[in-house]
Order: sequence, then structure tokens, then C-alpha cells
Amino acid sequence: MSSVLFDVPGPRAARRHRIIGIATVIAVIAIIGAVIWKFQAEGQLTYAKWEPFFTPSLIQLLLKGLAWTILAGALAIVFAVPLGMVLGVAKLSDHRIIRWPAWLFVEFFRAVPLLMLIIFIWSMQGFPLDTIFPLVLGLLLYNGSVLAEVVRAGINAVPVGQAEAAYALGLRKHQVMRIILLPQAIKIMLPSFISQCIVALKDTSLGFYILAPGLTFAGREIYKTFQNYLQTAIVLAVVYIILNLLLGLLGEWLQRRFGGESKIQMVGDVVRAQPEGATARA
Amino acid sequence: MDALTDNFDLILKGFLETLKLLLSSGVLALVLGTLIGVFRLSPVPILRGTAIAYVTIFRNTPLLVLILLAIYGLPQLGIDFGFFWNITLAMGVYTASFVTEAIRSGVNGIPLGQAEAARSIGMPFGMTMTQVLLPQAFRLVVPPLASVFIALTKNTSLAAGFGVAEATFRLKGLLNDYATERIAIFVGIAVGYIIIVELISLGAHLFERKYAVTR
Repeated sequence: MSSVLFDVPGPRAARRHRIIGIATVIAVIAIIGAVIWKFQAEGQLTYAKWEPFFTPSLIQLLLKGLAWTILAGALAIVFAVPLGMVLGVAKLSDHRIIRWPAWLFVEFFRAVPLLMLIIFIWSMQGFPLDTIFPLVLGLLLYNGSVLAEVVRAGINAVPVGQAEAAYALGLRKHQVMRIILLPQAIKIMLPSFISQCIVALKDTSLGFYILAPGLTFAGREIYKTFQNYLQTAIVLAVVYIILNLLLGLLGEWLQRRFGGESKIQMVGDVVRAQPEGATARA
Repeated sequence: MDALTDNFDLILKGFLETLKLLLSSGVLALVLGTLIGVFRLSPVPILRGTAIAYVTIFRNTPLLVLILLAIYGLPQLGIDFGFFWNITLAMGVYTASFVTEAIRSGVNGIPLGQAEAARSIGMPFGMTMTQVLLPQAFRLVVPPLASVFIALTKNTSLAAGFGVAEATFRLKGLLNDYATERIAIFVGIAVGYIIIVELISLGAHLFERKYAVTR
């Protein structure tokens, strides 16, 4: 394989690469070995420490937490998409009175740390549906604002001729947006949208701080009881990684299915179809 | 506004801690991320695979879980540098995966033709690298790196629950003490974060404008 950075290796380079490869394998095995040895030496591999993850009632606790996590993430994204659409289109409005508030809203909620937002909403108290509400509302405001930028970039990435042709046919402004620009923009947005879903899913873990139910919170119950901090954190990490990889696969499938052929291949495999779009921003 | 003016020094101290956290984990992320970024772009498949594994693992784990691992888990292995440094470790390791991806996407933005052109006029590898590719790579890497550091700034708030008295920790305390002025407190501390974020993007913008790649 050739790239900007190197040629196809000749025999000497190939040998060198093999040697580096073997050295890497040895180094990685050494690191993993050292970690396992350290775990063993500190008594972290004992069955008692891992037992909770084989106990049906505790697995159930984790699964319940997982269900809350997925629910919170899903609710946040489902409501963030229309919010992002509205804000993104509003940011492109011809009227200053619409453009400005939308701009301010997006800039503010994008710049404020999500955790701070969630804690603030939570501190207002008196919410229905318990602590899951501040979490979902915080996620919704933040992801809606990020998606607004994605929508805006997506619409801007649609070739100008598309809108011009639509106007030439006599379509009105909102028709051009609804029938011509948005459907095409959605295709361009798809990869950034999926990565935003992954971000939202990971961010549901912030519910931990306000004791909202969720996977990380369920983990807290376990490590508080069994004092198996390392093991719990590792199990949580593995669950999240699997969840996110599945989401990524779903995204790839969606991209193949609906994304169309607007992929432009640059060096390597970075999609740069959108001039100042999602890849530069994500 | 009393809540903000009376506690101004406290809030300032909080942001100082935020900046300390940002700087220490930022440096760690940059060093580690660049190293793994080089692995990611190297011609050796196994090195590339190792880098991909690193990015997959740490990018898909919530930062909070990594912090829990660093704060509560590592001490059980006898690895304990105190709250601040263990959190720095978690944040650095997490952010490094994003630095790696930023570097990769930046370098991948160089059209293949640039290298081909350099070679076709007889430049040897070293010269192609130093004269043609690296100068462009540095500039292309700046915008995505700026995004990574903006995200890191906001992520430092996660230290609030773990004994590091940074800005969000102060927010939590003030929200409790001044129940009637919650909105003012929230907006006031938010402005602090916004200033840091804007400074980073301003810096990146200036750099970009000064060294813009014209094609």
C-alpha cells in the first residue's frame, strides 16, 4: 500500500518493517503481561472480585442500568434531531431576528460543559420523572446545538446549483429548503450524526453525578458493595465499547444504504465531501 | 449578583485549577497522541493495528469510566499519584485517542499529488517530508486539534466529583449556598468556560490565517 508518507517498501524496508512489527508484538505482549502480573500480585484476579459479574441479580442490576442509559441516550437524540434541524435552518435565515437568537443559543450550549449544564438543571429541582429528566434535558440542549452546526454545514455543502435550479422552477424559499436542500443535506450529515449518537451515549454516563439511573450508576452500587473498583470499571468500559462499536456498525450500514455515492476519496480514507463540514469540526 | 462578586476569588481559584488540569492533561494527550498518531500512519501494519486498537478502546469508553478507573481502581494496584494526577492520567489517555485521530485526519488531508509532484522533480524522501509534506500537515492538523482541546476544556469539568476543586466544583457549591441566584451563578461560570474556549479557537484561527495553505 502506498500513501503520501511512504513508498511501497523494497526488500530491505520490508525486512525492517517485519522487525519493527515483531518488536511491537513483543512490546504489547510484555505490557499486557505486566498488567496481568500486577493484577495477580495485588490480588485483583481473585474470583471474589469478579464474582458480582457472574451473579444473576447483579447482572440484572447492570442490565437495568443499561436500559436506562439507552433510554436516556435515545430520548436525547430523538428530541435533539428536530431541535438541531430548527436551529440549523434558523441560523441560515435571511432575517436577523431569527438568525441571531439561534446563533446565540447554539454558541452558548456548545461552549458550556455538559456536566455543568446538567448540574444546573438538576439544581432547579421540582422536575417530573425524577433525576433522568435533567440528564435528558442537558443532553438534548447540548446535542441539539451540535447538530445545528452539522445541519448548517450539511445544507451549505449542497451544491449551490441545486437551490438555484429550484428557485428557477418557481419554488418558494421554504419549499427549496424542505424539498431540495434538507433531503440532500441529511445524506451528507449522516456520518457526523452517527458519531454524535455515540457521543450522546457516552455522555449519558454523566447522570452519575446527579445519581440518575444508568449503567455507570449501577456500577457504583456494585463497587460500593464489593470494593472491586478496578473490575467494575473494566466491565463498564467493555460494555460501553461494545455498545459504541455496534452503533458504529449501524452507522456504516446506514451510510451504505442511504448515504449515496457522495464520498470523495482523498489520501487515506477521510471523507471530505463537505468543505467546512463535519470532518473539520468533529 | 452577590453570589458572583462575593465569591469572585473562589471562582477564579476554581478556573486556575481548571487551567492546570487542562494544561497537564493537554500536554500528556499531545505527547501520547502524537506518538500513537505516528504509529497510526506508519508503514508497519502491526504498529497501525496497535494504534487502531488504542483509539478504539479509549475513544469508545466514557471519560467518566476512565476517571473512576484511575481514581478508585489504580490505587488498588498501588498506583496512586493523588487525585489531581490520576485524573490527569485518565484525561490525557482519553484525549490522546482524539489527538491521534485529529493528526491522522489532518495528514490525510494532503492530496497525494503533492507527494507525487515532489518526487517527480527529484526530491529524495527526507526533502519531500520536510519541504512539502510536514509544513502542510502541521497547518491542516491545527483546526481538528483545536476542536480536541476545546472538548478537553469542557471535559475537565468531570473532575468536579473527585476532589479537584475546579470551576464546576465551585459551581456546585455556589448553587447550594445561593439558591436564589442560580441563573446568575450558572451564566457567570459559563462565561468563564466560554472565554477559555474562545481563546483556544482564536489562537487556532490566528495560526491558520498566518500559515494558511493556499491551493
